[in-house]
Amino acid sequence: MSEEKKFRWVGTRPIRPDGIDKVTGRANYGADFALPDMLWGKVLRSPHAHARIQSIDLKRAKALAGVHAVMTAEDLPDLFAEAAKSNGGHDSSNDLAHNVMARGRVLYHGHAIAAVAATSSAIASQALELIDVEYEPLPHVLDIASAIASDATLIHEDRVTQGVEGIEGFEGAEPSNIANRVQLGHGDPAEGFDLADEVIEREFTTRPIHQGYIEPHACLAQTTPDGRVTLWSSSQGHFMVRDYTAKLLDIDLSLVKVIPAEIGGGFGGKTTVYLEPLAVVLSRKSGRSVKMVMSREEVFRASGPTLGTRIKLKLGATREGVFTGGEATLHYEGGAFGGSSVMAGCMTIFAPYAFPHVRSTGYDVMVNKPKGAAYRAPGAPMAAFALETVIDEMAERLEIDPVDLRLRNAAKEGTLASFGPRYRRVGCVETLEALRDHPHYSAPLGPHQGRGIAVGFWFNAGLQSSAGVNLNPDGTVTVLSGNPDIGGSRASLALMTAEEFGIEYERVEVVIADTQSIGFTDVTGGSRVTFATGMAVIEAAADVRRQLCERAAAVWEVDAERVVWEDGEARLKGESDRAPLTLAELAQNAGRTGGPISGRAALTARGVGMAFGAHICDVEVDPETGRVEVIRYTAVQDAGRAIHPSYVEGQMQGGAVQGIGWALNEEYVFDSDGKLENPGFLDYRIPVASDVPMIDTVIVEVPNPKHPYGVRGVGEVPIVAPIPAVVNAVYAATGVRFRDLPLSPPKVLVGLDGKSAA
Amino acid sequence: MQYVMATTVEEAVALLTEGGVDAFPLAGGTDLLAQMRVGRIKPARVIDLKKIPELREIVEAEGEYQIGAAVSGAELGEHVGLRARWPGVVEAMELIGSTQIQGRASLGGNLCNASPAADSVPALIAAGAVCSLVGPEGRREIAVEEIITGPGRTCLARNEIVAHVRLPRPKPGSGDAYLRLIPRSEMDIAVVGAGVALTLDPDGTCTACRVALGAVAPTPLAVPEAAAALVGRRLDEAALAELEAAARAAARPIDDMRGTIVYRVRVAGVLAKRAAIIAAQRAGE
Amino acid sequence: MKRHITATIDGEAREFLCDEDQTLLDALRDVLFKTGTKEGCGTGDCGACSVTVDGRLVCACLVLAAEVEGARVETVEGIAQEGELHPLQRRFLEQAALQCGICTPGFLVAAKSLLEKNPDPSEKEVRFWLAGNLCRCTGYDKIIRSVLDAAADLRGESG
Repeated sequence: MSEEKKFRWVGTRPIRPDGIDKVTGRANYGADFALPDMLWGKVLRSPHAHARIQSIDLKRAKALAGVHAVMTAEDLPDLFAEAAKSNGGHDSSNDLAHNVMARGRVLYHGHAIAAVAATSSAIASQALELIDVEYEPLPHVLDIASAIASDATLIHEDRVTQGVEGIEGFEGAEPSNIANRVQLGHGDPAEGFDLADEVIEREFTTRPIHQGYIEPHACLAQTTPDGRVTLWSSSQGHFMVRDYTAKLLDIDLSLVKVIPAEIGGGFGGKTTVYLEPLAVVLSRKSGRSVKMVMSREEVFRASGPTLGTRIKLKLGATREGVFTGGEATLHYEGGAFGGSSVMAGCMTIFAPYAFPHVRSTGYDVMVNKPKGAAYRAPGAPMAAFALETVIDEMAERLEIDPVDLRLRNAAKEGTLASFGPRYRRVGCVETLEALRDHPHYSAPLGPHQGRGIAVGFWFNAGLQSSAGVNLNPDGTVTVLSGNPDIGGSRASLALMTAEEFGIEYERVEVVIADTQSIGFTDVTGGSRVTFATGMAVIEAAADVRRQLCERAAAVWEVDAERVVWEDGEARLKGESDRAPLTLAELAQNAGRTGGPISGRAALTARGVGMAFGAHICDVEVDPETGRVEVIRYTAVQDAGRAIHPSYVEGQMQGGAVQGIGWALNEEYVFDSDGKLENPGFLDYRIPVASDVPMIDTVIVEVPNPKHPYGVRGVGEVPIVAPIPAVVNAVYAATGVRFRDLPLSPPKVLVGLDGKSAA
Repeated sequence: MQYVMATTVEEAVALLTEGGVDAFPLAGGTDLLAQMRVGRIKPARVIDLKKIPELREIVEAEGEYQIGAAVSGAELGEHVGLRARWPGVVEAMELIGSTQIQGRASLGGNLCNASPAADSVPALIAAGAVCSLVGPEGRREIAVEEIITGPGRTCLARNEIVAHVRLPRPKPGSGDAYLRLIPRSEMDIAVVGAGVALTLDPDGTCTACRVALGAVAPTPLAVPEAAAALVGRRLDEAALAELEAAARAAARPIDDMRGTIVYRVRVAGVLAKRAAIIAAQRAGE
Repeated sequence: MKRHITATIDGEAREFLCDEDQTLLDALRDVLFKTGTKEGCGTGDCGACSVTVDGRLVCACLVLAAEVEGARVETVEGIAQEGELHPLQRRFLEQAALQCGICTPGFLVAAKSLLEKNPDPSEKEVRFWLAGNLCRCTGYDKIIRSVLDAAADLRGESG
């Protein structure tokens, strides 16, 4: 793909096709569906962080007038115990089944243990109060140190650490709260530090954080006596909903139809199921459709936050600022079942830079907290917090400009990445240069103000996508895809389709088809939709173009190789006086030239474009109260090619503000009983409109050589840099380095006091 | 649950008396409905007070302001005269929640919800507000600092309501201000709140002062020692430092997820000082 | 026993039955099937359920349905008039002020209420007025710009 190519639609900013519905309240999200026979389902949740369930008595609940079904884990098939047993206690389907409803033990405060369906949500709530449960509370484990201690209470008595064959300290395969150990890197860090003139070693801690999507989980389930299931569900992937629900309930995939609702935010938190299997069971037991919606409190207590971390990081560099060695040990809480993103943390923690010697070791630690789920570039923000603040410290120690130090070591094409492969063409250098050249970087600062920068990296995903492109007889085009539209992807797919055919954007309609109407498609996540589903749409469109050319060739009675597609028309090569055939004309005659014209693609997208972002943050700190205000922010990012620049900017701005919230205010607060004290937006403090300034954006385009348009995923990169950018800015403003998040005012004031006392 | 509307204070009191311990008065509902939603309160009856004229009016008479207990924060903020006379009271009320909350939340509700961190109360205490309560025995007048007796508790009988809050006529050269510390810029419960009202002589000497703190004790606190630090003096650095120290000394907060003891004590002093400076600027205008 | 309510909702006289402890939000969504107004938290912390009652901006989750007897309620669904989008809606679309769109109804109602009260707000005034409307996708930037530009449109000042 030539870098000089001029696009007609790609790179423009049309109105998204689903926009009118979303500004008039017509769009249907998960909780907006209803059926005439509908019941309301509600979940009873554990009041203990860790307990054995001795008995559950549903008699009184079932007897309440208006209650039509009750359930416990006994109503879910127990399918995965054997698989778990033969794998050291670990099986992801077993974990999912146990998380959806507790069996035998409850493992976190809020863990689901029973559910009811009733004719109103008020009666359903009443029914929950009539469920009698006997618990035997067990000691609970709430932090990394307690979880890995040699005398720790085991959360699962049968789980041994995976990934530790031959590793000292793990002989004997005793059950442990460490679910997994991973390690990667190259070279020998000890040698790397020997080569260094300066070595800095620091430890960092972060707290559990929630994705904070504004729409609670919701679904509506309808079942028939012959085993068919229909689910309306708000999720990041209706195929995922289908597959997980069918797997947990042992239903043939062909009998489960999931219809995607619009989704009110996900950020990784809706790439799994909580309610759907329960709604299906309740629907079967009652013979009616069942709607379930989580309350905000349930979302915080019992969906999938990302959990706390502890990272030790060591960095060595020469006096000239060349990195010689990097070593990190990462402990990430995975919640009650493990499965943290520590592997991605290990992979990204040194990723933006070239290292001759680098190693990261990660531990996935189980604690009595909710089962963790992905949160936007999962594992990377914490890792970048560690690396980018140490780099800032190194820059100061070496007396090298922070951008220059990063540029000196920035990953380029051919660099051996800390996580294994060699980078293809990437834009780390270009992104840093754009940051350095931005007027923000050299703008003056006032008293109590400071500026910080940081780099963020994310791999971006490929995975599987299917697409269909149907040509309508009037020349309009219908695109079928399987990805819920979280952030404007319908518009991007329509732009690419318009570009591929040379027709007006308004002539393209993008449909998000249900699981029975389009081929398998992986979730909307991993920054993959514009890249991978875009690729599938482009391939399907190419298939249609080939057919169009064949039809034109048939009309003109020539060989198909003599027909080209240009500017929305079929043209006969070398005969400029032969009138071209437009898409509309060929479409109109399709029935007579061979039948309906449609194209298909089903692919595993390869050639993902890894991407970098670099952010500048200015803060002002009130020296008497420790309160931090973000006064200016600029986000620079390599998007490869921005299909719809407004939505690329939007991803950058949204990710930056999430990172700002993570750095300054957000955290789960658990009491000593393991109960979450702040399960609401009042005390789980995400940024509000008056907390942040405008977020200026700069889109750098270093096209991904492997994508027809050069696309690199953009959704996740923007949350990786903000935390260290903010923390570095606070250092510049106060002279205090913070290594524990969030930087709440009391914490900052303690830091300021410590500095003035020193 | 039963929803009923009262059109007179007597009717409200009668409905409360009859409804017993599970009957709750309803003004803006921003505390009541939120607590109902999370199951903390389960009323058998709510009595809507918003049709009672006295509770919905702001009346000025001879320099005194009588504010109906069910007047919303938004209406308070729109009242030009009140805003000019008592900017501290108005800004304190306006800090509660969001614009949407302001559309409903009331002074009476904020007071009777009796949170230690209630934003309107320190400003009302500093202003010397008096509450007019109505119960089955009739009326009684209580100084606002005596209303809240503990977290979530007031001195009102179960079947008593606040009908209005009265702000006295301020002397010439008076000003008031309220500040609070929250981690974000809006929406949070106060970590610390400070209200100051004072009167200055034409030469800048403080002749009267009242200081109150919020969120640093089980109830909002009047701090006479802090006020005394300014009376008879000009607001120079030494006087303000004494005010700050007195405010810190009076604070007896707890550690919770919103703030630590050490932090709250420190910031109580800082905010009292800053509020005094703003009140003095307003007094001079 | 259910309560019978008559109110004017988005310009239309409506009658409905509700439980006495049902909120206006529940009545709108589950009784009237007007699902344009969203629930994000149910406790007044997120603004997704913003509506106006007799012209006053409130959270519908903190108003009892019973309270709107005889009142005029306006939701996002009444903002466009006879198929014509309001300048706020147009600007939100043109300037990509929505990504997932769940917060958009609340923002539109709240912003419209602001501009009716203050036709020429500063950026700071817009941010503080809208502080009760949470957005997790956009970082607020494009929302604020859209409101400021729509204000200019309404003042007849846009080029």
